[in-house]
Amino acid sequence: MVILIWLGAFSILPAQQRFPKPEFRTDYTQPAPTTPESRATAMEFLDVAVLLAVMSLTAWFAIRKRSRKGILVLTIVSIIYFGFYKKGCICPIGSIQNVVLALANPGYSLPLYVLLLFLLPLVFSLLFGRVFCGAACPLGAIQDLLIFKPITIAPWLRKTLGIFPYIYLGLAVLFAATGTEFIICRYDPFIGIYRTHGPYLMILLGIAFLLTGLFVARPYCRFLCPYGALLNITSRFSWKHLSVYPTHCIECKLCTTACPFEAIDFPDSVRERPETRKSARRFILFFILIPVLMAAGGWIGSRSHVYLSRAHHTVALAELLISHPELRNDTDNLDIQTFLASGKSLETLAAEAQVIRDKFRTGGWILGAFLGLVIGFMTLNQLIYRRKEDYQANKGACYSCARCLDYCPVE
Amino acid sequence: MNRKSFINQSGRWIMLGAMAYLTGHIFFRRKVSASGKYVWQIDPYKCNQCGRCATQCVRAVSAVKCVHAFQLCGYCDLCGGYFKPNTLNLTTGAENRLCPTGALTRKFVEEPFFEYTIDEDLCNGCGKCVKGCSSFGNGSLQLQIRHNLCQNCNECSIARLCPSDAISRVPVESAYQIKGDFKNPAVKETR
Repeated sequence: MVILIWLGAFSILPAQQRFPKPEFRTDYTQPAPTTPESRATAMEFLDVAVLLAVMSLTAWFAIRKRSRKGILVLTIVSIIYFGFYKKGCICPIGSIQNVVLALANPGYSLPLYVLLLFLLPLVFSLLFGRVFCGAACPLGAIQDLLIFKPITIAPWLRKTLGIFPYIYLGLAVLFAATGTEFIICRYDPFIGIYRTHGPYLMILLGIAFLLTGLFVARPYCRFLCPYGALLNITSRFSWKHLSVYPTHCIECKLCTTACPFEAIDFPDSVRERPETRKSARRFILFFILIPVLMAAGGWIGSRSHVYLSRAHHTVALAELLISHPELRNDTDNLDIQTFLASGKSLETLAAEAQVIRDKFRTGGWILGAFLGLVIGFMTLNQLIYRRKEDYQANKGACYSCARCLDYCPVE
Repeated sequence: MNRKSFINQSGRWIMLGAMAYLTGHIFFRRKVSASGKYVWQIDPYKCNQCGRCATQCVRAVSAVKCVHAFQLCGYCDLCGGYFKPNTLNLTTGAENRLCPTGALTRKFVEEPFFEYTIDEDLCNGCGKCVKGCSSFGNGSLQLQIRHNLCQNCNECSIARLCPSDAISRVPVESAYQIKGDFKNPAVKETR
């Protein structure tokens, strides 16, 4: 590899050394180019340690201490440290793509701290619920502080919108695996605000999310966050989880008004129980439907691989050159001019594009089947009637923000 | 143990197992570097100075700056990176200079040599001087991502738009790709 680069450089260079090396008569010494260092790798491990500390404290405040105030302080700490000080990258949400890239691309080996950033919140969610979302995530924290007058969203709408995180997750994995781009990072709405500069659209997106968040609590977390989709699944199996009441529930319903995310499930006493036989039949029907949904999703996914693959610049460039050959004369089109100057043939480019497109075809199948599976399970979940004796936090949706704890009169 | 807690527990162990498998898989394939870190760098021999570095960086003034590989410089009086083409009188007046921000300055060393340096506070990474130097001179000026300025975004927004695919992740151990000297002008990776 190094030899190749060296040979490549050598073939261009003789033409470049137009002037000889100067022979100085005075005692002038040539300066060396400065190479200022990047943030020390040890600092990245400090981030991991801070994340660990914040999540542990959140779990302690939510489950043992039952203190909203403590979690509020941690929220502010996260905004200051992970947000304004660390300025975002790399965060556990984006680390999904690094893990996928490490699995898909042989040239990329995953830095250990990125692997830790990816795994720690997941492990914590298996133990204590979504404590990462509660206070440690800077994206969640900034939205959490700006909840002003949360409106109630109809369950059907909430559940339908809940599919978007899985679509986003699937697309992010597909794009990362094919080496196209990191869409989670590109469309991260709040990093521009933390950095106080960024692309115009990114800042606008962030402000739009924050304004929506005044009335629809945590819109990004609930209806878009791909890491939240993973945590939603793992958190359902959590070992210990925040409990709304310390000893027993008196069914006062105060917690449901306190929760801005409608993450508290109602007990049997206020729910209508569906007819057993009818619901059992429907359950079986939808269970059989899951493979059908997966096949249908996979088919749609593979059919749309042509559109999806256009996100990759090689494919986009090859398509553009083949469909519009007259653009070769467009001197303003930097991509085309650079390609023509590189001396690569169109056939090579088209062959490269074809390889990428084939990857997208396979990826499209997997993506579609995954989404079919998710939709199937989500529907199935609606048909299952789970007995609940009292008001309880929904383990999948609860962010462990501890708002409900202050409202519970049983203390 | 009732059914609910059984499902809960087995689910937890399955998830933990999946995570352990993923970690093991990545470790087994030696895909983890414990002390490793990646930073973004421009390959100066791929770069064609399209000018996107100046505008596409997430930073308001780009983290890409012009870097001078002094060892490759001819110290010319008539510098293709310093003067606009067809400049008649070689004075340091702004109308003759190629750099739009006046970041590239020169200092007389001895007859007939001039030393060229870049004021990084003024440089916006447009690459005009680099283009001039590569077209008319030795190509000792190059664009490079400066790590004290780079936010090290998980995905570099310039890399995505670079037409010549010159920007890639490099291990932090060889954080800088600066051109070498006359004997070996190929990229010298320095820390």
